[in-house]
Amino acid sequence: MSVPVLDLQGVAFAYPDGHQALHGVDLHVHQGERVALLGPNGAGKTTLVLHLNGILMPGLGSVSVSGLPVTKENLLEVRRRVGIVFQDPDDQLFMGTVREDVAFGPKNLGLRGPELERRVLEALEAVGMAEYADRPPHHLSFGQRRRVAVATVLAMQPEVLVLDEPSSNLDPASRRELADILRSLDVTVLLVTHDLPYALELCPRSVILSDGVVAADGPTADILGDEALMKAHRLELPFGFDPRFASRP
Amino acid sequence: MGAPHGHKLHFHGHSWLHRLPAHVKLVALVAFMLTVVATPRDWYPVFAGYFLMLVALVAISHVPPTYLAKRMVVEVPFVVFAALLPFVATGPQVEVLGLSLSEQGLLGAWGLLVKGTLGVLASLLLAATTEPGALLAGLERLRMPPLLVQIMGFMIRYLDVVTDELRRMHVARESRGFSARDPRQWPVIAKSAGVLFIRSYERGERVHLAMLSRGYDGRMPR
Repeated sequence: MSVPVLDLQGVAFAYPDGHQALHGVDLHVHQGERVALLGPNGAGKTTLVLHLNGILMPGLGSVSVSGLPVTKENLLEVRRRVGIVFQDPDDQLFMGTVREDVAFGPKNLGLRGPELERRVLEALEAVGMAEYADRPPHHLSFGQRRRVAVATVLAMQPEVLVLDEPSSNLDPASRRELADILRSLDVTVLLVTHDLPYALELCPRSVILSDGVVAADGPTADILGDEALMKAHRLELPFGFDPRFASRP
Repeated sequence: MGAPHGHKLHFHGHSWLHRLPAHVKLVALVAFMLTVVATPRDWYPVFAGYFLMLVALVAISHVPPTYLAKRMVVEVPFVVFAALLPFVATGPQVEVLGLSLSEQGLLGAWGLLVKGTLGVLASLLLAATTEPGALLAGLERLRMPPLLVQIMGFMIRYLDVVTDELRRMHVARESRGFSARDPRQWPVIAKSAGVLFIRSYERGERVHLAMLSRGYDGRMPR
């Protein structure tokens, strides 16, 4: 088997106040996979995500990205390989124009000139926002800002795209447009979400994180269909949604 | 969401004043202010000259005078202070409309008022004819330390986000029967301000986190 894009072994983490958020997480994600990370509030999903690019360092265990261990020396390369799209696009977009914002990441990687320009345009085209390049981000709609937030990370050509609640606060049309964009990208995806139909639509595989450990790992349809498992981890399907009858693209 | 162009203080246009490079306007504004402040307050015709000059610039800029007049309201607390001066200052007194006022105080109030008004009007004109982004670029060209320019850039970027948050908190308060007219409820406003501060602080931390995630190392890439 190839080297996994994400390789977490026994990752444990406690916050400085003593709260133990992760109790030994093992997770492997391979190239080209789209994996949903599910779990109730407070399960440690966000803590786990912040371990993937070295914002947090595990107390025990190890994290590697395509074979490169996440350590202080490798931080810049790790952050290029792992692109995190945070939940609130206003946190991610902080520059005066969309173009400057998308250029921020690649500039930190040392790109300049026409190469930088090309990266920015490609990333904006991939999310269908190229015509908004010179607009200030706060004048865009919420759905557009979320798409630009995805572009800011795509411009760094990451090996894995990590999205934290990408469908939250989106109207159904924007939600579907984002799904189309994510499907069109040739990149490994880790989707952190409470939106279970979205997980089923986009990710063949799902992982349940509960109380700081991986409680289940398998095909999304099987996991969502296992009532006892779902109930044990405070996961509920929306009213009227049955994964057995949901059509998948 | 605001207008499609720039900020609330900005009035979109293509006049000569709009097109003038931002750093030229900034230097002109500072020079103008210093001159106004240095002018002795009893050179009345000179102040009239300053005022006419600003009026001419407003005319050139095509910014409607009412647009500027409405925004002059920021000066009000200042005006109140100036209006108090003739009452509290000491020295020889003069009779005005049956009130005994201090001569020194009157002159002081006039000086404050005219210099303040000229300054506010000139600054508003700069804001109305210059996009915030251009203003920052202008400051950068004037060799303002990049860190300060960055901080101002963040301020402009998040001003709308924070005012939006403030507005939502306001709506949520009113929806639960809060009335700002009742002084007994004023402590609530103080608490809201505290909450807004903490939320903004936390947002700052999240923004920093998102920047780190894209390889930020403490220096803005040039």
